[in-house]
Amino acid sequence: MAKLALLLLFALPLLLSLTSLLPLPCNAFSVDRPTDRRLLVLVDDLAIRSSHSRFFSSLQARGYDLDLRHADDPGLALRRYGQYLYDGLILFSPSVQRFGGSLDLAAVLDFVDAGHDLILAADSSTSDLIREIATECGVDFDEASGLDPAAMVIDHTSYAVSETEGDHTLIASDDFIKSDVILGDKKIEAPVLFRGIGHSLNTANSLVLKVLPASPAAYSANPLMKLSSPPSLTGSAISLVSIVQARNNARILITGSLDMFSNRFLKSGVQKAGRSIKHKKSGNEQFVTEISKWVFHERGHLKAVNVRHHKVGETNEPSMYRINDDLEYSVEIYEWSGSSWEPYVADDVQVQFYMMSPYVLKTLATDHKGLYSTSFKVPDVYGVFQFKVEHQKLGYTSLSLSKQIPVRPFRHNEYERFITTAFPYYGASFSTMVAFFIFSIVYLYNK
Amino acid sequence: MGAKAENGPKPPPPLSSPPPFKALVKLKTKQQELLIRAAALALIYVLAFAIRLFSVLRYESMIHEFDPYFNYRTTLFLTRNGFYEFWNWFDSESWYPLGRIIGGTLYPGLMVTAALIYRALRFLTFAIHIREVCVLTAPFFASNTTLVAYFFGKEIWDAGAGLVAAALIAICPGYISRSVAGSYDNEGVAIFALLFTFYLFVKAVNTGSLAWSLASAFGYFYMVSAWGGYVFIINLIPLYVLVLLVTGRYSMRLYVAYNCMYVLGMLLAMQIRFVGFQHVQSGEHMAAMGVFFLMQVFYFLYWVKDMLNDTKLFQSFLQITLTCAIGVGTLALGIGMASGYISPWTGRFYSLLDPTYAKDHIPIIASVSEHQPTAWSSFMFDFHILLILFPAGLYFCFKRLSDATIFIVMYGLTSMYFASVMVRLILVAAPAVCLISAIAISATIKNLTTLIRKKSKAALTVSSKATSNLKASAKALLDQSLPFQENGAIALLVGAFYLLSRYAIHCTWVTSEAYSSPSIVLAARGAHGGRVIFDDYREAYYWLRQNTPPDAKVMSWWDYGYQITAMGNRTVIVDNNTWNNTHIATVGRAMSSYEHEAYEIMQSLDVDYVLVVFGGLTGYSSDDINKFLWMVRIGGGVFPVIKEPDYLVNGEYRVDKGAAPKMLNCLMYKLSYYRFGEVTTEYGKPAGYDRARGVEIGNKDIKLEYLEEAFTTSNWIIRIYKVKPPKNRW
Repeated sequence: MAKLALLLLFALPLLLSLTSLLPLPCNAFSVDRPTDRRLLVLVDDLAIRSSHSRFFSSLQARGYDLDLRHADDPGLALRRYGQYLYDGLILFSPSVQRFGGSLDLAAVLDFVDAGHDLILAADSSTSDLIREIATECGVDFDEASGLDPAAMVIDHTSYAVSETEGDHTLIASDDFIKSDVILGDKKIEAPVLFRGIGHSLNTANSLVLKVLPASPAAYSANPLMKLSSPPSLTGSAISLVSIVQARNNARILITGSLDMFSNRFLKSGVQKAGRSIKHKKSGNEQFVTEISKWVFHERGHLKAVNVRHHKVGETNEPSMYRINDDLEYSVEIYEWSGSSWEPYVADDVQVQFYMMSPYVLKTLATDHKGLYSTSFKVPDVYGVFQFKVEHQKLGYTSLSLSKQIPVRPFRHNEYERFITTAFPYYGASFSTMVAFFIFSIVYLYNK
Repeated sequence: MGAKAENGPKPPPPLSSPPPFKALVKLKTKQQELLIRAAALALIYVLAFAIRLFSVLRYESMIHEFDPYFNYRTTLFLTRNGFYEFWNWFDSESWYPLGRIIGGTLYPGLMVTAALIYRALRFLTFAIHIREVCVLTAPFFASNTTLVAYFFGKEIWDAGAGLVAAALIAICPGYISRSVAGSYDNEGVAIFALLFTFYLFVKAVNTGSLAWSLASAFGYFYMVSAWGGYVFIINLIPLYVLVLLVTGRYSMRLYVAYNCMYVLGMLLAMQIRFVGFQHVQSGEHMAAMGVFFLMQVFYFLYWVKDMLNDTKLFQSFLQITLTCAIGVGTLALGIGMASGYISPWTGRFYSLLDPTYAKDHIPIIASVSEHQPTAWSSFMFDFHILLILFPAGLYFCFKRLSDATIFIVMYGLTSMYFASVMVRLILVAAPAVCLISAIAISATIKNLTTLIRKKSKAALTVSSKATSNLKASAKALLDQSLPFQENGAIALLVGAFYLLSRYAIHCTWVTSEAYSSPSIVLAARGAHGGRVIFDDYREAYYWLRQNTPPDAKVMSWWDYGYQITAMGNRTVIVDNNTWNNTHIATVGRAMSSYEHEAYEIMQSLDVDYVLVVFGGLTGYSSDDINKFLWMVRIGGGVFPVIKEPDYLVNGEYRVDKGAAPKMLNCLMYKLSYYRFGEVTTEYGKPAGYDRARGVEIGNKDIKLEYLEEAFTTSNWIIRIYKVKPPKNRW
């Protein structure tokens, strides 16, 4: 009996560790490999499979499993038995009124809030459902187009020169966000073609960014109708392509143009109005490829490991510091390159020694192998401090580390035992004692 | 309880024993008297302990109220980690993120005492938990106080008065209120220390002995280590000395007693970290120092007078010296005050001298219920007949003035004044009231019994001499002196006995009904008369302990801070050690702001959970909604954005439909009444009827945006909310 119990005792932790290990291989999106693997693509017209095939095949070529479904497929589900079936969702179904299966607005938002990524493309026929998803992500598609379904972004200065179309709804834009992380190291030379509805960013949302803003001359209106009243969305308030990086590092791409991803736009040449250069090929292919790399965490994903701190000259991490201790703090930060973790190199990673406000703010020095370290003196204030690294850099996932550490005052035996300035007092007390002793003897025995 | 009333009169053993063997009988009576006295004292000792066990019998062996939980937690730490760790303890679990240096901000006497008792019991191989020691510390010291009261009474009056005093103080409700089993607070040992110090000092003054004076210095040291109330001693004794000087009772005995006590007491008191240099620098302690110097001047003057032998010369010398002394003293005080070397009086001290001070200036002191001025009813409740006997005792003291009676009179009068300023100082007055009343009882009963005994003695002598003539004449004589003297005396004795037994009954009743509630477990009468126990506090703290991450920070009003750290083992933002007004005001501000404003404050303080106490379902009236105006006041005292009138309607505080809009939407209201509108609390009343305030609440549709309900105890007394993380996509 006892032996059996002993065996069980040993087996139990083993079993526990096994069960905790098991789910990891099944879960493609993991802490170790942040890049997405399984994508669900929802379309409202199966023709998109062929009309956008270049974009899909570029994804497949990069190793993604695409599951292309019609948006009202009754078998749609993002999660089963509490596990998400996909790592990313591409909504190429602007006109869908209601998703099939168990998918709805809340399910999509939960999917994002669970740390998964989303690409949402709209066009002039965008339904309320898609609008609501965008609104929940901090982006408002042009209201006017709701009443007037054909409202589009019109720009009479930076349109793409075309023989057939003269309404200037085909926009050629090259005013990209300046971030190598989001759009890749290689500069996108050719303008990007865009045709669709504009959106504005909700000012209350601090996480949404314009990747491709419209030019100051753009406005949103129905190109077929005469403009009777001033358009509600004008100029650079209009965003053509926006991204959101949520607090849990889920990434969202929202664009008002489904055509942007189409084979036709990817292949066509472009000449921006007022420019002489005629590009053989538009920037769309590079743009959508690079930005999808970013959205699906092939780039710009940081991880911090091995946060260490200890007193200078020691290696063990104490549970508490004393005021005026000298300490060393180090953290390793790596960047995901799409296939492996590479050292992250930056000169602006800072650590705070924080108690309601930063008492120490230091830039960490890096050894270019991922290790960031610094040393400083604990301030002369006791309390519960935190080591805080708040590294939020455009395009990168936000690093927010905090580690609580109390700082205590001196112990009773850590003060200086004899203070030079107090010698007069020592002298005074001892001389008084001696004097009193002598006085007593004299007084008592000298009668 | 009847035993007490019997102890009180303590009629000396009968003298009616036969006259032969006179020497033997005399010895025997003395022995008998000693035996009776010792037996009575032993009974009183046990009684004082036993009456304080009501709380254990009614509830269980547990720590009561708020502050005792901190004392318990620190004692536990002391017994586990040893004295030096305790002395240097930096507690990171309270006052997040500031932390608290426990060793330097508490009076360690209580904890050290309990730890020593615990060690001693362990040494004697009693396997006892430290909690039991803590629970029973206060009753044990109350028992010891009765012994001190006996000796004190003996010192100032006679042994009979001492015995009565011991009996009175053993069951005096004013004292019991702070020393029932489980009330593990500083006052529990401090009253013993206070009385002991006074006794030793009076003894020192009476004998002029250096040894007694030294003992009183040590008694003072123990008092300083135990309670902040030591300030009372260090001001009362100089005042007493001053009165003796003024009334011309200066003596060498007084000189020795005071100087030795003051100098040694000061040096010893400065060893307590929390006191330290305050003892020579703060305004509260300056009186003692001034009197000390005055004493030296007095002594010097006497010496000069002795040397001079010339009254005229001495008069002029006296004038010069006095002016100089007073001048130098005032100058030193003025310079000290101006340079900031002598700190001004603290707010608590001011509010003692001027009861309205705290109300106008320091809401945090005024908000504590035990700092309120005392109502007449609580005097009656806590002292009962002693309140009437007290003036009678003063009369007797004045009739037989001595150094000792002057002391007890001054102690009685000053402490009575303080007791009327602050409710909780009734405790300090209780020993004095008991002693003075004991003098009244003892003296009255002695007078009465002598009257009766004189009568019977006369009869006895007369009968033995068997001269009917003389008997008749003697009787006539006696009758002439006062008519119905014997009957009157007997009637008065019966009356006294009746009063004393009423006192005993009252004390027992008060103790069992009013002062034995642990206040973290609430009891009420159910619909059928049965006792209903609300154990919500411990339920909530246990939930916190089991279900929240170990480093979670809990925000609550400061009243519950000690309990959360001690029972829930979680970090709190503020607690009952109200040393940082700004921090408390920040919490008050968060509670009285709208939810989104409060969220920012909570984020800046890293708050994970918010705990509120709510009595609307059970009718428990000391909940956070009733304390809420104090949060507003304290918050508004530091952050003027919080304005009290915003929460009132025409100066009226209400929570129903007519309440102020800010009141209906502030965080405290929302957290207290969240989903309360769906509950029917009382038959025949609409849903959302608040039983504590007797109104239907004004905002039944409460939506929380930044917090979510985490736990509500079975009777809704404690509600815990989790602070949500920031929104993911915004």
